[in-house]
Amino acid sequence: MSGMSVQQMDVRKPLFRRWLGILFEVARLPSGMVGLFLVGAHLFFAIFSPWLAPYDYKALDSGLILGLPTAEHWLGTDHLGRDVLSRMMLGGREALLVCAMAIPITMIWGGLTGVYLGLRGGWADEVVMRLVDAFLALPGILPLMVFVAVLGNGNEVLTPTLAFFFGIPVIRVARAATHDVVARDFVLASRARGHSRLSIMRRELLPNVFDVLMVEGAMRLSWMLLTFSSLSFLGFGVSPPTPDWGQSISEARVYMSLAPWGVLGPMIALSTLIIGVNLTADALAKTLGIDRSKKAVV
Amino acid sequence: MSDTPIIDIQNLSVGFTGRAGTTLPVLRDVSLSLKRGECVGIVGESGSGKSTLALAAMGFLKGGLRKLEGRVCFDGEDMFARTRTELETIRGGKLGLIPQNSGQALTPTLRIGAQLIEALRLHCDLPDAEHEPRAIDLLGQVRLPDPEVIMRRFPHELSGGQQQRVAVAMALAGEPEALLLDEPTTGLDVTTQAHILELLRDLASERQVAMVFVSHDLGVIARTCSRVLVMYAGEVVLEGPSREVLRKPLHPYPHGLIASIPRLKDPCLPVALDGRPPSPGGGGPGCAFANRCALADDQCRTTAPSLVKTACGSLVRCFHHDQIGTLSNTISRREPAHHDSSGDDALLLHELAISYHRSGLFDRLFSGSESPPNTVDEITLSIAQGETLGLVGESGSGKSTILKAIAGLLKPATGQIKVAGGTPLPANVEGRRPEQLRRIQMIFQNPDESLNPRQTIAEILAQPLRLYYGLEGQALFDRSVELLDTVRLSAHYMDRLPSQLSGGEKQRVAVARAFAAEPEIVLCDEITSALDVSVQAAVLELLDDLKRNNDTTYIFVSHDLAVVRALSDRVAVLYQGRLCEFGPAENVYGSTSHPYTEVLLNAVLEPDPDEAPTLTAEDVVELSPPARGCPFQRRCPCKIGSQCDNDTPPWQEAEGGHMIRCHIPLSELDQK
Repeated sequence: MSGMSVQQMDVRKPLFRRWLGILFEVARLPSGMVGLFLVGAHLFFAIFSPWLAPYDYKALDSGLILGLPTAEHWLGTDHLGRDVLSRMMLGGREALLVCAMAIPITMIWGGLTGVYLGLRGGWADEVVMRLVDAFLALPGILPLMVFVAVLGNGNEVLTPTLAFFFGIPVIRVARAATHDVVARDFVLASRARGHSRLSIMRRELLPNVFDVLMVEGAMRLSWMLLTFSSLSFLGFGVSPPTPDWGQSISEARVYMSLAPWGVLGPMIALSTLIIGVNLTADALAKTLGIDRSKKAVV
Repeated sequence: MSDTPIIDIQNLSVGFTGRAGTTLPVLRDVSLSLKRGECVGIVGESGSGKSTLALAAMGFLKGGLRKLEGRVCFDGEDMFARTRTELETIRGGKLGLIPQNSGQALTPTLRIGAQLIEALRLHCDLPDAEHEPRAIDLLGQVRLPDPEVIMRRFPHELSGGQQQRVAVAMALAGEPEALLLDEPTTGLDVTTQAHILELLRDLASERQVAMVFVSHDLGVIARTCSRVLVMYAGEVVLEGPSREVLRKPLHPYPHGLIASIPRLKDPCLPVALDGRPPSPGGGGPGCAFANRCALADDQCRTTAPSLVKTACGSLVRCFHHDQIGTLSNTISRREPAHHDSSGDDALLLHELAISYHRSGLFDRLFSGSESPPNTVDEITLSIAQGETLGLVGESGSGKSTILKAIAGLLKPATGQIKVAGGTPLPANVEGRRPEQLRRIQMIFQNPDESLNPRQTIAEILAQPLRLYYGLEGQALFDRSVELLDTVRLSAHYMDRLPSQLSGGEKQRVAVARAFAAEPEIVLCDEITSALDVSVQAAVLELLDDLKRNNDTTYIFVSHDLAVVRALSDRVAVLYQGRLCEFGPAENVYGSTSHPYTEVLLNAVLEPDPDEAPTLTAEDVVELSPPARGCPFQRRCPCKIGSQCDNDTPPWQEAEGGHMIRCHIPLSELDQK
C-alpha cells in the first residue's frame, strides 16, 4: 500500500504546490497585485454585502426619489428612492455567482473538445472547426438573447447557456495549444506504445495545455461578466428587484442628466471587477510564460 | 600590423545571482588571448561555460549574467567599457559571430540578397551601387554555386550547409578581423561539416582572420585550430597547442573526453566518463573535477589547483599532471557484444516503400500528373534475433522514416514488415495487438522532447508498465525502481521531473521506459546525437549491457559513422531512401564499398590534427531522388556514364553477405 501512497503523493503534491507557488508569483507582479486586490475586494463584497449594506436593497422611500448623495445615502437614491450604495454593493452577486459556475463548465467542455479535436484531426476536426468558425462570425450576444427569450432568464438557464456559447471560442484555443504538443516526441512515443486516445489526452496532452486553459479561463471570465451585465442592461438578465449593475445602469441611464451618480456607482463597480480579472489573467499569463522559459538557468 | 592581441581576455569571471541571493560563478578567472590570424578552439561539455566565454568576447552576456571581475579587450580596448553605439559598429563589423543554427538566424521572409546587402550597408563604407556586386562576390567566396541565383532565394530554399555558408558570408561582409564561431557545424551532415570546415580554414589563411572555435566535437577542433582551451565547470583546465592537447592531454578530464570518442578505425565501445560536472557554485573547495577523477586524492578534494606551466609550454590545472601516463593503462576499451547474423530473423522488411506524397483533389481530377518517386523505396532487409543493425545516411536519407514505419506510425505505400515467424505486422499502430506493440519499442533522439515535461519519472515509467502488464501499487513501484536500477539510476529519481535531470540521465530514463516493455526489438533513432561525447559513451555502454542481458535486437540509426561502427553487427547505408550497401560492419567499413559510403567515410573527422578528411563529392543536398537510375548519380565522384542515369544498378555480392548496389564491378570498387 505504501507504494500506492507514494504514487498518489507524486501526482498531487507538485500540482497543488505548483499552483500555490504560481499564485504567489502572480501577486508579486504589479499587475497581478492590483488585479488580485480588486478581485478579492469584489469577492468580499459579494459574500458579505447582505450584512454590510446600510439599507435593504428593496426598501422604497417615496420621499427621496433621485436624492443627492448625503450622509445617510452616500451615493444618493434611485428613481424609486432605493439606496444606490446598497444596491451597488449587492449588484455583483448574481453576475459573479453565474459566471463562477459557468466558467468551469465552459473550460471543461470547450477545453476537452478542443484537445480531442487537436489530437484526432481528420474530417471530424474539419467539420467541427467550420461550425465553430460559423458561430464566431455571429455577434456573440444575439444567440444568447434568443435562448434567454425562449427559455426564461433564471440562473438555471443563464449558467448553461453562457457556458455553452463561451465554450465555442475555447475549442479553438485548446485545439491550437494541443497542436503544439501533439507534434512532440513524447506523444509520438505514447502512440507508438499503443495507448488509447483517452489515455493520451489525459496523461500527455491535458497536463501540457492546462496552463493555456487556465489563462484562457481567466480571460473568458472577464468577457462573461461583461456579457452578463450587457444582458441585464438589455433586460434579458436578472429580474427586478434583484440588484444588478447592468440593470442599474440601464435604469439610471434615463435620469442621467438629473442624477448622474446613479450610473457612476455601478459603472465603477463593474469596470473595476473586469479590470481586476483582466489584470490577474495578464499576470497569470506572464507568470506561466516566465515559468516555461525558466527551465534553463544559464 | 601591431603585435597586440586582437582579442584579449584577462582573468574574466562571470556569474549570476542565485535563488538564495548568493553569487554563482559561470566563468572563473578565465584568460584567453588571440593573435591576429590565429585559430583557438574552446572545448568542454555542455554547461562548461564555453559559449558564455565566446559571447563575452563580444562584450555580451546573456540575461541575468554579469561580469564579476577581469577585462575583455578587443583591439586593445575594453569591450565592457564601450558605449552601445561603439559596440554596435564592432559587432558584425570587425568582430563577427557565426551561431550554431544559422538557418534560424536568417529572416525567413527576406531574400538572401536583401539580407546580405543589409549587412553590407551597416558594416562597410562602399557606395550603395557596389553593394550588390560585393554581395555576389561574398557568396562566391564562401564557395556557393551560382551566387546570382542564391541572391534571389529565400532561406528555406537553401540546405542547412548552404545557410551556414550564407551566415559565413554575412560575417565576412564587415571585413572582420576576428570571428567567433559557436558550434558552427553541429547539426550538419558529415560531408557538409567537412566542407564548411575546409572553407573556414581557407578563409582564415587567406584573410588572416582570427577565429575562436567553440565546439564539443574534438574532431572539428583538431581540423581547424592550432591552440585549444579545455573548459570544465567554468574554468580553463588545460591550454596548449592542439597537437599536444589531443595526443597527450596532461589533464585527466580531456584525457577521459578523448577516450570517450568512438573511432572509425576501432570497433570498440568508447570509455565513458562517469559522473557529471558540478552545478555553478556547487563544487567543493577542491578541484572541480575531483569527484570524477581516477587520480584524485585528499589534496585534490581540499585545495583548488591553479594553472601551472608544463615542460612543453601548456598550461594545466592539475596537481598530478605528471602522472597522466599511469592513467592510460587503466583505461581499456571494451569489445561490444557481437552476435552472429545467422540466427532466426527477428524482423523482415520486404520491398518496403513509403511516400509522404498525398494526391490532392487537383491531382485526382487531372490524373495526368505523375506522382513523385517514393521517399523510401525498395527496402528489403532482414535483422536476425539479437543482432544490431546500423542504418546510416545523411539527413533526408529516410532513416527515421523507416523506423517510424516499423513502429507503425507511418503507413507504407507498398511492402510488408514481418516479425519472427513470418507474420506480417499490420501497418498502423491501431491495427496491432498489444503483444505485437510490446515487442517493438522506440527510443527517440532528444529526451527533452520524448519525455513529458509535466510527468515525474515514476509516471513516465508507469505508462508502459500499466499498459502492457497492468501493474499497480507496490508491484508497479518495485518494477519501476528495478528498471531505474538497470539504467544505473537510483530510486530517488522517481519523484523528479525531467527538467531536474541532466541530458544523459534523461536519455537513461527514456531507455528504461523502452525496456519496461521487455521488447524484442528496440528502434534507436539518433539516440546519442543530442548528448555530450562523454555521456554518449555511457549510453552506448548501457545499450550494450542491456543487449548482453536481454538478447535484444537493435536497429540503430545515426548519421555518425563512428558511433554506428562501435555498436553494430551489420550496417546498411541509405541514400535518398534507397539502400546502397549492406553487410557485416567490418566489410562495409572495409576497403570494398559503394562510392557513397566511401564519400561518407572520407568526410569523418578524427580528433587528430594530422588526419585530414578527403572531400570527393559535392555537399549539395538533393530534395528528391531521381526518377530513374542510381539514386546517387548526381553526386557520385566515380560515375561511369549514362547507364548510371538510366538503369537501376544491380546488387553485387562481395564476401560474407556484403551487398553493394553499383554499376562499377566489385574489383574496381576495391581499388578505390
